Amino acid sequence: MQRITIDPITRLEGHGKIEIFLNEDGEVANTYFQIPELRGFERFCLGRPVEEMPLLTNRICGVCPEAHHMAAAKAADAVYKVDPPSAAKKLRELLYMGFYFTDHTTHFYALGGPDFVMGPNAPVAERNILGIIHKVGLEIGGKVIQARKYGHHIVEIIGGRKVHPCTSIPGGLTKGITEEQRQEIEQIGRWAVDFAQFSLQLFADIVLGNKEYVDLILGDIYTHKTYSMGLVDENNHVNFYDGKVSVVAPDGERIGKYAPHEYTDWVAERVEPWTYLKFPYLKKVGWKGFVDGKDSGVYFATPLSRLNAADGMATPKAQEHYERFYATLGGKPVHQRLAIHWARLIELLYAAEHIVELATDPEITSPHVHNVPKEKPSEGVSIVEAPRGTLTHHYKTDERGLLTEVNLIVGTTNNYAPISMSIKKAAQSLIKKGTVVNEGLLNMVEMAFRAYDPCFGCATHSLPGQMPLEVTIRDAQGNPVEVLRQFC
Amino acid sequence: MTTNGKPKFAMYWAASCGGCEIAVLNIGEKILDVDANFEVAFWPVAMDAKYKDVEAMEDGAILLTLFNGGIRNEENAEIARLLRRKSQILVAFGSCACEGCIPGLANLSKPQDVLDTVYSTVSTDNPNAVRPQYHYQMPEGVIHIPTFYPVLKTLDQVVDVDYYMPGCPPESHQIAAVIDLVIKVLHGEAQLPAKGATIGAGNSTVCDDCPRARNVKLIKKFVRIQDVPELDPHLCLLEQGVPCNGPATRNGCGALCPQAGAQCIGCYGPAEGVIDYGARLITAFASVIDSNDPAEIERILDGIPDPAGQFYRFNLAGSLLRAAKPAWQGKL
Ligand code: SF4
Ligand code: SF4
Repeated sequence: MQRITIDPITRLEGHGKIEIFLNEDGEVANTYFQIPELRGFERFCLGRPVEEMPLLTNRICGVCPEAHHMAAAKAADAVYKVDPPSAAKKLRELLYMGFYFTDHTTHFYALGGPDFVMGPNAPVAERNILGIIHKVGLEIGGKVIQARKYGHHIVEIIGGRKVHPCTSIPGGLTKGITEEQRQEIEQIGRWAVDFAQFSLQLFADIVLGNKEYVDLILGDIYTHKTYSMGLVDENNHVNFYDGKVSVVAPDGERIGKYAPHEYTDWVAERVEPWTYLKFPYLKKVGWKGFVDGKDSGVYFATPLSRLNAADGMATPKAQEHYERFYATLGGKPVHQRLAIHWARLIELLYAAEHIVELATDPEITSPHVHNVPKEKPSEGVSIVEAPRGTLTHHYKTDERGLLTEVNLIVGTTNNYAPISMSIKKAAQSLIKKGTVVNEGLLNMVEMAFRAYDPCFGCATHSLPGQMPLEVTIRDAQGNPVEVLRQFC
Repeated sequence: MTTNGKPKFAMYWAASCGGCEIAVLNIGEKILDVDANFEVAFWPVAMDAKYKDVEAMEDGAILLTLFNGGIRNEENAEIARLLRRKSQILVAFGSCACEGCIPGLANLSKPQDVLDTVYSTVSTDNPNAVRPQYHYQMPEGVIHIPTFYPVLKTLDQVVDVDYYMPGCPPESHQIAAVIDLVIKVLHGEAQLPAKGATIGAGNSTVCDDCPRARNVKLIKKFVRIQDVPELDPHLCLLEQGVPCNGPATRNGCGALCPQAGAQCIGCYGPAEGVIDYGARLITAFASVIDSNDPAEIERILDGIPDPAGQFYRFNLAGSLLRAAKPAWQGKL
């Protein structure tokens, strides 16, 4: 049996490692996507005071600390059964929209976008942000840097720090914002709406205008018919900060919505002995292995699944694009994973529009941003949408509010099974007997998981989608016969 | 590997959260100065990462390596040793590499308990108590994952370190200042600090940078931040009873958290000259307590709900303790 190892050589297996086994005929027999790192937050948070969780769990991931900060703050609210003042909730959400704006921008322009803008077969050295700048102009590079700065600035104004914010506590926030800060955020928001629309236009021109790319998006290689998951508000519109989790079957039927505290009825996690990361699946459907379809509990949680799981967007411009998205791709739900990139840009526009909405909310500068908890602390669950999937924090405490049990299902983890399946399918479709495994082909395998924007950052801390790869092809005795390398 | 005559720069992440990398990316245009003055030889986040090329380099071929993340498994340690050999200047960059950071709190537990907890949580369906295996026989062949170390180690517990750059993550303006300094050194306009020095930070405490007024008012009990109806925005948090780590923590961030109404949790590590962070903080806390009676001081200190976390939150792995007894019972 031949073996191909795709290894992120920079940290050896630090980010994740793909083993592709070939059978006697030189075709793909099986693939394994391994996550080789563990830190154990569920253990060492025990004994800590629950108000520190927004600070401790930040350190799970420096790419999306805001998501953990928010999830932890909401779970701590729930532990104390305290409802923060509405201004505090709006400020937290505003911080979160600033973060989404930065994060989605980064992914599209620096990580996922280059595959499309430059093309999957472009030389490695061009498949990056600099390549994009060369192709579409220097001005856009400046805009991307500006977009990142602006989003982080909103985080810093409300959260106190750019990375690892510190202001959310049980019952609200440690501080509000001033009128000057509000004005600044509003201006950023208006700029952000323009930027998001510009990005959608760019996508339309470069990707949708190119038949080859559209065929690639719509083709079978990158298609999986699994359940879709996403947080929705009371109108079933996409929401990142609060609401219920909607679950939609591969045929589009909504099988239900669950509140955070009901999550254990809906989601379970499977342990495999060959990797450190667990595989979540829909408990009501059951684990049937790494397979598609209505009988398999595999689901995905990404911008695309959020659009599938909702009935629309809560802001007008994003809603227009939502409608266009489904009209172009043939109705709901969309299963072609590469459409995640487009869905991400629609979310980018929603985040930007929502920044303006929140920043112009008359209540947003209220100094009343904290309610002192009155109840005895006990147990709480919260859910937010991290950019890379539904994020669940579940805490139990003693009566002093010291943690006795912690359970975390982090964004990307939700997608571990579907990513594994996407890799296998792409490998099977692209590696055939006699095929030379060249760089472009490997990149197309890698595109299968880059679409999910996998931040094994939460598990292994690579920047989303950054996976330098090494491929070793071994003969039946396990001797390497060829080594290929690439960086993406 | 092509050389262009410029000195080589490297940056690497071990068991980190990625926040250090984000902090470096956040220096914005300054990154162009790095590009102008260095050949970026190895930096997974930013460029084609040629691990094998690093192996092939002569020892000492890299001038400057910023190493972030703690040493959680054998692979982290292996790369630390490689980069030490290849680098003239190795900087422990960020709290994880310097002192272990939050993941170092795992050193309070037995490694087996860490694994048992993670693979038996309430949502985990694991009736056969499956645990990850370092070598596992699949039908198609054996596959591997790296060995989990009994405790998390700091970089200098594995290799010799030249400089320490604290912070979780280091603030971008400090990173920019360090880059400026190194460039000046390259041009012969400045000297490197003595080996073992802390760079990119101040020489006193967060309190020194904190604009909150300290009146040395004395407190009767510690309070938890969520229990205070309204904190005085201008008065020292510690004097309002909130256990702020400012007095033991090195300055460098500009006292960001207290200015945002939150207590310092100590991410810049021990202040200059502090050998035991926890001991220093206890002394500082004791000094604001309104009592001379040791028993009463003790009782008031008991109001701190989680002493291990409070006093060793970021620096347990790098402290004199390094780990609690259960973890030590594993092999170090
Ligand atoms: S103890 Fe905290 S709030 Fe008080 S002066 Fe020091 S840093 Fe500022
Ligand atoms: S105030 Fe303390 S915890 Fe906050 S950034 Fe500064 S050193 Fe870190």
